[in-house]
This record gives sequence, structure tokens and C-alpha cells, in this order.
Amino acid sequence: MMFSLEGITKTIQDWLFSSFSPTVALLIECAIIILLAIALFAVLGLVLVLMERKVAAHIQIRLGPNRVGPGGMFQTVADTIKLIMKEGLTPDMADKFLFNLAPFIVMIVAMLLLAPIAFAKNFQIWDINIGVLYVSAISSLSVIGILMAGWASNNKYSLLGAMRSGAQIVSYELSAGLAILSVVVLTGSLQISDIIESQKDGWWLFKGHIPVIIAFVIFLIAVTAETNRAPFDLAEAESELTAGFHTEYSGMRFAFFFLAEYINIFIVCAIGATLFLGGWMPLHIGNWESFNHLMDYIPSSVWFMGKTFFLIFLIMWFRWTFPRLRVDQLLNLEWKYLLPISLFNILLVTLIAIMGWHF
Amino acid sequence: MFLKEYIKDVYKGVTSLLKGMRKTGYYFFHTKEIITEQYPDNRATLKLAERFRGEVVMLHDENNEHACTGCTACELACPNGTIKVITKFDVTPEGKKKKAVDTFVYHLELCTMCNLCVEACPTGAISMAQNFEHSVYDRSKLTKRLNKPGSKVREGVE
Repeated sequence: MMFSLEGITKTIQDWLFSSFSPTVALLIECAIIILLAIALFAVLGLVLVLMERKVAAHIQIRLGPNRVGPGGMFQTVADTIKLIMKEGLTPDMADKFLFNLAPFIVMIVAMLLLAPIAFAKNFQIWDINIGVLYVSAISSLSVIGILMAGWASNNKYSLLGAMRSGAQIVSYELSAGLAILSVVVLTGSLQISDIIESQKDGWWLFKGHIPVIIAFVIFLIAVTAETNRAPFDLAEAESELTAGFHTEYSGMRFAFFFLAEYINIFIVCAIGATLFLGGWMPLHIGNWESFNHLMDYIPSSVWFMGKTFFLIFLIMWFRWTFPRLRVDQLLNLEWKYLLPISLFNILLVTLIAIMGWHF
Repeated sequence: MFLKEYIKDVYKGVTSLLKGMRKTGYYFFHTKEIITEQYPDNRATLKLAERFRGEVVMLHDENNEHACTGCTACELACPNGTIKVITKFDVTPEGKKKKAVDTFVYHLELCTMCNLCVEACPTGAISMAQNFEHSVYDRSKLTKRLNKPGSKVREGVE
């Protein structure tokens, strides 16, 4: 039997439930999950920041970090150590309680979003039956953390950045939601495991014809905006607002915002991969049994991570190619283009779903 | 018609964005395009851009002759007094007096590498060199004499 995460989790669970009472076993499982989530956060933060810097450098015909460790591999480790040792200042006139609370809110929201994501076959924290709804509901909470940080800093740049972020997330949530809905319509379920299961004879991106491709593109644009990344980074717009909502943060509390940004990218890309590219489901084409069987030899966790990192790369590619939008252009794009197109698109998807025109 | 314009707008936007992504994607996958020089490590194989300007030099040939007639056009062209041409009068075999350069003083510490002196020179006597390692402990060392000792103007350069 190949290495599989499913087997490991099952062994651990069986052992825990046979050695302890169910309550204790559940508590231990919770502790393990918390540890795993924190470890994942730390590793993802290090890897994604390094990846971003390398991608940025190569796109700009540079080398990027290459001094710390082989090929600059430990650059982000060094940066993290620096950030940990730095003093975390709280401005004098700031609302101290909210100021110190905000980075944790942002982090907790990112952590909550991990729950319904299926990292591999049967390797999921919580397979809730409203998984997609849960994700879209929780992801909008992060704006509260951002607004809190902006307001509590008592700084005009922070407040402006936070307000822009609010306007942006509220508008782009609509088209992101509609793009997600188009897959939900085709699947007929909000549960993540059902959605992945429905793609075992092909990913929705291929099965759903052009409307799903349009939905995928709209989803990518909308989540780029929701995670406040360039070209939609006017919440932090360093040339206008120094650093936007986290201007006043330093040391580890700044690192939390920075980390949460990258975790959010990972999560939205994971959701995108789950909805449109089949999550951990290997590349299956219809009834080609031997081909499908061959693809099954690649572990499902590798498939999931590969797809997610491909989408992350795409979003990084956007960031280092496109110039930042002005706030009026940002709202024009959403309300005049993305929203009407996705409304029309979801009609088409519904028609396809009702008539059964998809593969 | 409105809808036609709308679709055209979307098409134009998407294609122009894809064009940009194509360019950056090309650079991402073609690592040989990288222009970063790892300077202190690759001092021997350093590749400088053709138009990089490091300092003003006067060109001398193998007979220790240069093309500077001492016309001071470069001195007049210099915006911040970097160049001071001290002239003298040579006596030609026919007994005529002829203006010539005695000392070409160049203040590297004042120079902005604007290239105006090189452009002003009617005889092409000076040019820009690519040497950039100019650090010294005493700034008086940055005041240089560009015409080599014992050099004279090339025959036939007016």
C-alpha cells in the first residue's frame, strides 16, 4: 500500500479511541489538529513568502534572495527570526485593546477557514455539509480584523486603507460568491467532499464548458481582490498609504498580518482548486479506465498541493504583472463588468445543469 | 450599439492583460535573461551595460599622443565646473604660436557623468570609461590630470 494520509489518520484515531475514553480521545485529536494547523501556518508562511520573492525576482529579471542557505532557501527563516526579536510598538493614542486584538482576529479567521478544506483523500478537519457556504461566510470576517486594525491605529493612512479594504471586500464577495455558486449548481451540494466526488470523471473546469471557465476566471479575479493583493492592493498601496491598515504595526504583530495574507491566498487557492480543479481528485478523463488508474498512483495530497500551488503561482503572476487599479476603476470593474457577467453566467450554468449538458 | 461596445471593452481588456502576462511569463521561464550581477563575487567576469558611464578619460595612442587641442569646449560645456583646461602656447617650426593643452584637470568628485563634455569635444579627444571603483581615502586623489605626462597633440588634429 502506498503512503497515504488516510491510513495514518485512521491508525491514530483507532489507537486513541481504543486507549482512552471517547471524550479524552476527542480532546487529544483537537490538540493534534491545532498543532498541525499551527505547523502548517508556519511552514506555509515561510514557503509562500520565499516563493513570492523568487517569482517576483524572476519576473523582474532578477535573482531574488540567494545568500542565506542554498539558493536563498533560509531567507524567510532569517526574516522571521528578525521579526520575532523586534519590538512590537503600540502607538500612544491608539485604542490599545483593539489594536492588539486585530492581528489575532485576522489570524483566527484564516485558521477557521482551514476547517473544511480537504487536503487529501479523507484527510479533512471537518466535512461540514455547508462547507462552501461556511467558507464564504467566514472569509468575509477578515474585513473586521482589517477595519479594527485601521481604526484602532489612530492613523489616517491606516483608516483610509481599512476603509478601502472594506469597500473592496464587500463588492468582490458578490462575484466570488456567484462564481462559487455556479459549481454548487452543477454539483447540487455544498459539501466539499460531495463536490470533489462529483469530479471523479473530470474536473468541472473541463466538464462545465465555457460558462465554468468564465466562472473560474471571475473567481480568480474576485479572490485576488478579496485577499487585498495587487492589482487590487489599494488597501495597503505603499506608494499612497505607506502600508495601509498595518502601517502602525511592528514586530510579530506585523508578521501576523503578513502571514495571514499568505495563508488567505493559500486558502482561496485551495478552495478554487477544490471547486474547479477537483481538489485532491487526480486527473480523470471520462471512461479511460487505464489512464485514470495510472493517475491514481500519484498520491492525492500531491494532486491537491500541486493544483493549489499552481493557482498561487497564477495569483503571484498577476501581482507582478498588472498595475494597481484606482478606487473608481476597482468599483467599475466589479459593478459594471464582473457582476453582470457573472449573473448572466450563472443563468447559463443553471441551464446547463438543468438540461444535463455537462459531461 | 451598447452591448457590442461592452463586449469589445471586455475583449480588449482581457487581451491586453494577457499580453502583459505573456511578457512576464516569458521572463519567468527564461532564466538566462536575468541581468543581476553578483558584483564582488564576479569581479573578473563583470558585464557592464554598453552605455554605463564611469569616468572621463582622455584617449592616448601608442605614441603617447592625444587629440586634445586645448579648445576648452568641454570646460564650457560642463554644468558644474568639473573640468579645468590649462592651456599653453606651443611654437611651431614655422615660428607660429599655437594653442595647446598644458594640463587637463578633471575633478571626479564633482562629475555627474552627464556626458556633455564628450559630446562637446570637436576632436573626440575624451570619452567615458567604465571603471567605477573610485573609492579612495583622500578626496584630493579624485582630482586627476587626464593628459599623460609628456604627451602631445597628434599631428594634423586641429
